[in-house]
Amino acid sequence: MASRLWSWIDSRMPSLGEEWRKHAAEYYAPKNFDFWYFFGSLALLVLVIQIVSGIFLTMNYKPDAGLAFGSVEYIMRDVPGGWIIRYIHSTGASAFFIVVYLHMFRAMLYGSHKEPRELVWIFGMLIYLTLMGEAFFGYLLPWGQMSYWGAQVIVNLFGTVPFIGPDLALWIRGDYVVSDVTLNRFFALHVIAFPLVLLGLVVVHIMALHDVGSNNPDGVDIKKYKDSSGRPLDGIPFHPYYTVKDLMGAVMFLAIFCFVMFFIPEVGGYFLEYNNFIPADPLKTPQHIAPVWYFTPYYSVLRAVPPLFHSQFPGVLAMGAAVLILFFLPWLDRSPVRSIRYRGPRYKSALAIFIVVFLILGFLGTEPTTVWGQFGFEAFFLDTKERATWAARLCTLAYFLFFILMPWYTARDKVKPVPERVTH
Amino acid sequence: MNDQKKIDRTRRKLLVATSVVGGAASVGAAAPFVASMWPSERAKAAGAPVDVDLSRVGPGELAVIEWRGKPVWVLRRTKEMLEAIKQVDARVSDPKSEVDQQPKYAANEFRSLKPELLVLVGVCTHLGCSPQLKTAEAKAEMGADWNGGFYCPCHGSKFDLAGRVYRGSPAPTNLVVPPYEFLSDNALKIGEDKETKGA
Repeated sequence: MASRLWSWIDSRMPSLGEEWRKHAAEYYAPKNFDFWYFFGSLALLVLVIQIVSGIFLTMNYKPDAGLAFGSVEYIMRDVPGGWIIRYIHSTGASAFFIVVYLHMFRAMLYGSHKEPRELVWIFGMLIYLTLMGEAFFGYLLPWGQMSYWGAQVIVNLFGTVPFIGPDLALWIRGDYVVSDVTLNRFFALHVIAFPLVLLGLVVVHIMALHDVGSNNPDGVDIKKYKDSSGRPLDGIPFHPYYTVKDLMGAVMFLAIFCFVMFFIPEVGGYFLEYNNFIPADPLKTPQHIAPVWYFTPYYSVLRAVPPLFHSQFPGVLAMGAAVLILFFLPWLDRSPVRSIRYRGPRYKSALAIFIVVFLILGFLGTEPTTVWGQFGFEAFFLDTKERATWAARLCTLAYFLFFILMPWYTARDKVKPVPERVTH
Repeated sequence: MNDQKKIDRTRRKLLVATSVVGGAASVGAAAPFVASMWPSERAKAAGAPVDVDLSRVGPGELAVIEWRGKPVWVLRRTKEMLEAIKQVDARVSDPKSEVDQQPKYAANEFRSLKPELLVLVGVCTHLGCSPQLKTAEAKAEMGADWNGGFYCPCHGSKFDLAGRVYRGSPAPTNLVVPPYEFLSDNALKIGEDKETKGA
């Protein structure tokens, strides 16, 4: 019965079967995928979780400055199952960034950004940028103090652009301050515009990947050795081998996800900031403002740069550059090998320093600049005595040096010989 | 149909012309969407000037008034506060208010029309948070050399009692003085002055 139904469909719409074979049943992926390869499929899973939970949240949420905060509390208290849907969505937001950051780190470990996968990397970066926008718009919606002042700060970043800045910020807000108008448009962007872009980008990301084939922990090209029927000797069909493996990853991921969601949904103020349980007050800024954790490394870069020429713009420029420089990774990396397994000590130490620096910047961004106290001495070059500001400046410098010096230290690194075939 | 691989120039021209016109039309069609994101007439109307009764602001007191959705401060400064401003001239980055952050009539020592009455937009010039008044009594919190002023909790910018930014603050410029005028000794209008009316 089922097979007759399938042949009925197949004879009318053969492209359905073709796509299935092309992207799953006959998509040959290297057989040596490891732990790090879970995060691509997990990102897809979180995307689905966010879309589904988001649809149900919009059924009770009100995008109105007078009603928004109350409607979120209504979802939390009165809507049957509302609290769980809301926590799924808020935990999902942070989970999205965790898996995306790990997914990007995987690329840096195994050289997945390198030729011929530059486009895969670029589409991935565009997904990352869109995700940042999506998260930012969504964070305004609960209309809490952090929502409000976080949006105020970020929109004002655009206000620092020379000449057009003030008008640009006015255009983004649609009002002289963040207001009901801003909330309404951010809602539109969050629930329809950006999700559509995100979905489109995910499709081209996967199309670009499947055209060139997946990289692997050895960074070798599996298409060099094929059997008589033209299948890579080191490849296995994505379905059923990797669908099963990824299912296993999904189960582990969901276990952790559910633990967070049920027991520590706020994660000590990192996933949901405490100040956001206070309704937005345009006349009163909270004592300490910090973005959600996934933006804090860049926020630290912003704070680290002092104003120049009576303008805050250089800091904004540095923050933007910190994100955009990632786009150039495929061309900055001049190493003859892809995988960390065969790279030399220079790249390995540079990558290790980069990760530490990224984490320190991330931590500092969640704290006030006074967190590490002040230097006890005066010096002519110290425009501020705050230790944390200077730590952030050093880390910012290291962050950029990792990229700027990359063409040199990767090209001159002492690499190991790469095997012809995958090693497992 | 002509099977030859020759390009039909007339048709090609028509194609190009159609694409150009179509492209221009699509760009034009974006105009109302872009325009719809500017402040609406209602938002603009809400930006109208507001009147303040000054009799309720005692010496050393700060009143916060909402204008265009932003907090505007009216601070009645005491003699000691004005003295404190003079003392910090060397520690602020723009002591003479040379950067255009105020109407011309406020580009003076105390950044105000009347020395005792300070009118400021209470929005940090760094990234738009609202600083807090910390009087000279807050030395324990702000450091021994604190002379009274405003402190922004977001990124730690410091301003004196005339809204002038201290050196080393993340904020690049002094706080903004909005246009204002006195209707009488005890009545202040924020958002409008003789110049903006004339314009």
